[in-house]
Amino acid sequence: MIETLLMGVTWADVKTWLPGFWNGFLISLKLTFVSLVLGVPMGLLLALGVQAKTRASRLTCLALVEIGRGAPALVMLQFVYYGLPSAGISLPAFTAAAVALCWNTGAYTSEIIRAGLDAIPAGQKEAAEALNLSRVDELRFVLLPQGLRIAVPALMGFSILVFQGTSLCFAIALPEIISRAYDIGSMYFFYFPALAVAGLFFAAVCIPASFLVEWFEHRAGAYSRR
Amino acid sequence: MTGADAAHIAMGIPMTLGLTAGAFAIGSVLGFPVMLARSTGFLPLRVAVIAVIAFVRALPPILWVFLIYFGLGSGLLNLSPFVAALSAFGLIAAVNMAEIYRGGMLSISSGQWEAARALNLSRVSTWTDIMIPQMTRVALPPSATYVIGLMKDSAIASTIGVTELAYRGKQMSQITFEGLSAFAVVGVCYIALSLPVAWIARTAEKKLRAKVAR
Repeated sequence: MIETLLMGVTWADVKTWLPGFWNGFLISLKLTFVSLVLGVPMGLLLALGVQAKTRASRLTCLALVEIGRGAPALVMLQFVYYGLPSAGISLPAFTAAAVALCWNTGAYTSEIIRAGLDAIPAGQKEAAEALNLSRVDELRFVLLPQGLRIAVPALMGFSILVFQGTSLCFAIALPEIISRAYDIGSMYFFYFPALAVAGLFFAAVCIPASFLVEWFEHRAGAYSRR
Repeated sequence: MTGADAAHIAMGIPMTLGLTAGAFAIGSVLGFPVMLARSTGFLPLRVAVIAVIAFVRALPPILWVFLIYFGLGSGLLNLSPFVAALSAFGLIAAVNMAEIYRGGMLSISSGQWEAARALNLSRVSTWTDIMIPQMTRVALPPSATYVIGLMKDSAIASTIGVTELAYRGKQMSQITFEGLSAFAVVGVCYIALSLPVAWIARTAEKKLRAKVAR
């Protein structure tokens, strides 16, 4: 059975594929980095925005969050890459992917950050008001340091999902890991071996990362378990 | 884009729902034995199951869909796109449901196990009369969140040609050259489908909680 699946692919074949896979891997990493660096601050703004006092900004932020969480990431990628050109905005594949994944990241992380802010005891907010702190100072010195600390383990877990999500860019012809495997598969018909190598790249990153997140969650929880 | 075009996209809804429901059904059933194996006292089995769960979750869903459809499909089995997608999502759902069930089981206080033993209840009765009813209440909200996530992941099946919502949306964008509205219709369909699931889950959770509320 294994022989049928491997189709006589040798280690030498795999070695010739590795540079291509490595470049695809770097694209996935770069995309993850961009999505997190731009998406998480966007999530923070959206989390504050949905609690804003002005109705217009509250509704706008809520719409951005609900669309970003409600529509599948694959559909958002295609919307940005294949859809926006009909509105006169043509983006290259990487930029389109970054826009869609940032939106997705922003929407999800806004909920994580909001949950973190909600978990702060109400007394903290009342104390900040009693001390006559301005709204900005209240956020900067009281709410954000505590809320973000609570959100960190969940945000780390979400970053793994963002990395896995870059695999969807196959659908918009961005040459990331899955596209490379698919190309090798369709060219030589070595689908299983090529996809298996792609799987190893994901396993090598995601398995250690998820154990790290679990350990971190455990450690963060240790404070409340005392 | 005309109403008929939007209707053509919406005709993918039964396929999306069928794929989601099928994969969720497979996952809910298989998840239970996986959870039991994950929490067994027999160390080698437990370690093996932990490793399998970590591995299944480490690879993105699109890779499982491709591995089953193209990987197994090109040598061993000839699967239709729907069956391949169903197997891939069923596998992913099984490990995720196992983790959700485990969360439910861990939430039951150990006194319950001891009480069941003290009453000399059989193993089957301990599960069906004591543990499962309590686990269901805890596992319901995360299961509902998961089924909504699964439905959105099922869009990935469009890449191997399952004619569900995302597939029809892409098809329509290529026919009409109006990608913006075609993909917007697809997005709205997914959001509209997830609302009733969220509502049913909330109502069911309230009812289940009301039963034990004192």
